[in-house]
Amino acid sequence: MKLALKIWRQDGPKDPGRMTRYDIDGVSEDSSFLEMLDLLNEQLIAKGEEPVAFDSDCREGICGMCGVVINGEAHGPERTTTCQLHMRSFKDGDEIVIEPWRADPFPVIKDLVVDRSAFDRIIQAGGFISANTGSAPDAHATPVPKDDADRAFMAAECIGCGACVAACPNGSGSLFMGAKITHLGELPQGQPERDARVIAMTEEHDHLGFGGCTNLGECTRACPKGIPLNVISQMNADLRHAGYGRR
Amino acid sequence: MAVTGLLFIGFLLVHMYGNLMILLGPEAFDEYAEHIRTVGEPMIPEKGVLWVLRIGLLASLVLHVWSAVTLWGRAGKARTTRYVMKRPGYGNFYAKAMRWGGLAILLFVIFHLLHLTTHTITFGEPEPTPAGRVLESFSQWWGVLIYVVAMVAVGMHLLHGIWGACMTLGLNTSLKRAEQIRFVSILVSTIIVVGFLIPPFAILLGLVK
Amino acid sequence: MTDMLIEGLYREGEPIADTKAPSGDIAQKWTKRKFDAALVNPANRRKLDVIIVGTGLAGAAAGATLGEAGYNVKSFCYQDSPRRAHSIAAQGGINAAKNYKGDGDSIYRLFYDTVKGGDYRSRETNVYRLAEVSADIIDQCVAQGVPFAREYGGLLDNRSFGGVQVSRTFYARGQTGQQLLIGAYQALERQIAAGTVQMFARHEMLELIVVDGKARGIIARDLVTGEIETHMADAVVLASGGYGNVFFLSTNAMGSNVTADWRAHRKGAYFGNPCYTQIHPTCIPQTGDHQSKLTLMSESLRNDGRIWVPKRAEDCDKDPRQIAEEDRDYYLERIYPGFGNLVPRDIASRQAKNMCDEGRGVGPAVDGVRRGVYLDFADAIARLGEDAVRAKYGNLFDMYERITGENPYQVPMRIYPAVHYTMGGLWVDYDLQSTIPGLFVAGEANFSDHGANRLGASALMQGLADGYFVLPNTIRDYLAKGPFPEVAADDPAVVEAEQQVKGRVEQLLSINGTRSVDSYHKELGKIMWEKCGMERTDAGLREAIEEIRALRADFWRNVRVLGVNETLNQSLEKAGRVADFLELGELMCIDALHRRESCGGHFRAESQTEDGEALRHDDEFAYVAAWEWGGEGGAPILHKEDLVYEFIELKQRSYK
Repeated sequence: MKLALKIWRQDGPKDPGRMTRYDIDGVSEDSSFLEMLDLLNEQLIAKGEEPVAFDSDCREGICGMCGVVINGEAHGPERTTTCQLHMRSFKDGDEIVIEPWRADPFPVIKDLVVDRSAFDRIIQAGGFISANTGSAPDAHATPVPKDDADRAFMAAECIGCGACVAACPNGSGSLFMGAKITHLGELPQGQPERDARVIAMTEEHDHLGFGGCTNLGECTRACPKGIPLNVISQMNADLRHAGYGRR
Repeated sequence: MAVTGLLFIGFLLVHMYGNLMILLGPEAFDEYAEHIRTVGEPMIPEKGVLWVLRIGLLASLVLHVWSAVTLWGRAGKARTTRYVMKRPGYGNFYAKAMRWGGLAILLFVIFHLLHLTTHTITFGEPEPTPAGRVLESFSQWWGVLIYVVAMVAVGMHLLHGIWGACMTLGLNTSLKRAEQIRFVSILVSTIIVVGFLIPPFAILLGLVK
Repeated sequence: MTDMLIEGLYREGEPIADTKAPSGDIAQKWTKRKFDAALVNPANRRKLDVIIVGTGLAGAAAGATLGEAGYNVKSFCYQDSPRRAHSIAAQGGINAAKNYKGDGDSIYRLFYDTVKGGDYRSRETNVYRLAEVSADIIDQCVAQGVPFAREYGGLLDNRSFGGVQVSRTFYARGQTGQQLLIGAYQALERQIAAGTVQMFARHEMLELIVVDGKARGIIARDLVTGEIETHMADAVVLASGGYGNVFFLSTNAMGSNVTADWRAHRKGAYFGNPCYTQIHPTCIPQTGDHQSKLTLMSESLRNDGRIWVPKRAEDCDKDPRQIAEEDRDYYLERIYPGFGNLVPRDIASRQAKNMCDEGRGVGPAVDGVRRGVYLDFADAIARLGEDAVRAKYGNLFDMYERITGENPYQVPMRIYPAVHYTMGGLWVDYDLQSTIPGLFVAGEANFSDHGANRLGASALMQGLADGYFVLPNTIRDYLAKGPFPEVAADDPAVVEAEQQVKGRVEQLLSINGTRSVDSYHKELGKIMWEKCGMERTDAGLREAIEEIRALRADFWRNVRVLGVNETLNQSLEKAGRVADFLELGELMCIDALHRRESCGGHFRAESQTEDGEALRHDDEFAYVAAWEWGGEGGAPILHKEDLVYEFIELKQRSYK
């Protein structure tokens, strides 16, 4: 395949950055999107140009490290991670525009690499169950209804890639946050901290500069794991229950 | 935003009920209009309830707009560098239209108040009764057209607004519930739009005189 | 012991006499050790600094647990967040001797299965402890909110995994590793918020600092700014994972590397059993040179799929559905009628290679050879119906289709073995302490409890056992001697380590040759895969050693690393890692060459039975090979730790 790539190049956090066009030939339809970028980088190195920086690690769709906006869509045209997107989803001769996640809480580090540590800070605010090592009762001490366990699992599938933020016209991290709140809130183990968790996480989210949710649903359409929008509603329900704003 | 939005929906339903009175004849409509002013008399002075409602609605409006503007501002700050390429055809058109559509509705409401509440704007000779004003306005095709456009905007706003309000109130807790909410938002929006458009068309087509 | 070069490649040093395991009955050893290990007064803990490199199951669990205990933890990972560590990709499950199914499982049985699965090349004491703490892991994870699969009654579900006879595997659909890691990650983030753990993401450890014979810190590079930072501590824990990426193509993450382990090795830590690698039979085959990694599909596929190749090489490019039943060779069912398609991983892998080497492989040819065999669900679909197959394997089938573009409900899947896990790693004693005092190694990074082969669903168990329960209990015995005297910033050991790192970075950036880092990595991977992969021969390994040496020399003359140190520079990161792989690869080949027996994942063509099965030589090789760095250009030194089996009888395994 032959492709025209327009890629965001930015030397560092302070560089204003620019779109640069590269023509690439000899791309296999069976290669993944990132392998296509690998090939481009090999060609750039051969020409003495610095390769395009992009994040990736597991390349099997689970670590959440990869992610670029392809032709205006977070992770590209298929509902999967960038690493699992394959070139057969494109046509020979296509022009492909590649940009980093755009959100002010995710500043660009270089080219297509952004800093997503804001997500870690949201988890630090309360996205956990306080259970010190060694203090746990037997795993069968608390049965969990299967439906609750399944819903918790569904929400726990979030890989923290940030596509929800990238796709959201408001730059909101509500889907990420709602997924964690739903995961922990569905389980009996998560109840003692449930109210405090939702308040602390949403306050941290807003403080970090993410936008608010207007329920457009772009996040769930971009989510490679298909986290449903109802986790956001669950978060709102929990917030109401926790008496947010009435303290 | 959700709470004030739902208050507006309640208001719209009552307003719609009142409008439909005109189908029973101008007298019934005028009687209803008069009754709003005198409800609770003599315990409450004339227009007392009306003003309470007006102030309540105005406060809701301020809160609603203030929330919207805050969200809009946060969204702007959350993405100061825009994408070079936007996803073609993202989202539902009516959901995207919340902000500009909301502004359009706000302008219409001002127009509407100037037209039928303060009578600053008239569509012809000044008429002494509420029913007379309504009949005069909607016997002209462009009068109806203005209200049709406004109602379409209101319908779109409600379609996403009801969905969003249910989300914000935490009612969407499963995929099945999401479908129910979608259904209710379509149903309520349709009832309101159709309910509001029946009188103008009835008047235009000469069914009410 | 001799000063003589053996085979021209290595020397032999003193054997390792003591692994510091307590004496007595095996079931009491761990209790005894926990009691004997010195305690650290809670008030003193905050005066003690511990560095942990890596945030996978072992590293995150250890970081969280030590943080909770009140130590000052500094945690490092090269990824942008601790949650990305490659433990996340484990699919199948985690073993624990809970016996919730009442099917006769016990600590002893898990211990026995693990030793047997490791082909009697693991240390009994460590394995028993692993089995002993396995049950606590499940309790801990459930308390953290890990959403394990449950039955309708609300209790945890178990399945049998990897051919064992009991159901002891806990799982969270096909994402067990993800759920366990997120649990550990959240516990770690909780400690970061509490201020007991300081997180250094996008930092890579590039050198170990050893002062007065003790591990006292690391040199790390901030991958964003390029700054070379010195971090000091009272103890250093490496939990940096395995080194399967030495093969370039593996199921490991792109960034998985041996650098932390290798830098410690060069500073005196012995490297245990480097040649023991596990090759997983059910991966998606390579399609071409563009490929950057291989994707594993859960072994559970072999429960219902039938593996075959065409009987005749000329049928190999036909549509498999057009090949008549009598022209198919269901080779595992033919050779191993008893176990059929469920033979252990190494056998399934090696037979697939044999079929392809015979020219009967299927799928696209890479470098002239078709490397793939069919895994056919047609019978299962006919027997169970497509819906039942979808319910069981739907996510795997979807993944396969996404990657290959073929629909496995209609066309047989193609699979091929791929490097998946490395049993070898830094040698540690019972306390998980390496041969450098104060340097502890946990999880896949240590030479581990798995012997020559790891059972399915045991990697997660070991990572969490080390991190949550073993290391926090053993490291305190060492830390109780601290805090150690502060090391000055201009201490010669610190300055030297800094200079080494800076010098290496400068050197890599200044060579400015003609070949990319990836091209070296690919070439090394090919050598390793061909000659130190599923089947190893004396001649092949000797060739490999020569080729790796030549490649390494060429690398340092001709590699091209563009850009500068002062920004994010992924080529530079890769170059450092590949440079270390180029040294490790040679040691792996030397280890494989010296072990003239077949055991577990290590198959030496010269050591097989008449039927072509792996043949162990317990009289000669029942030991751990712990390799000492022999200096730049010097030969590595072999130290043997004899494996003494007091509780389990050694048996030659048979799957016929």
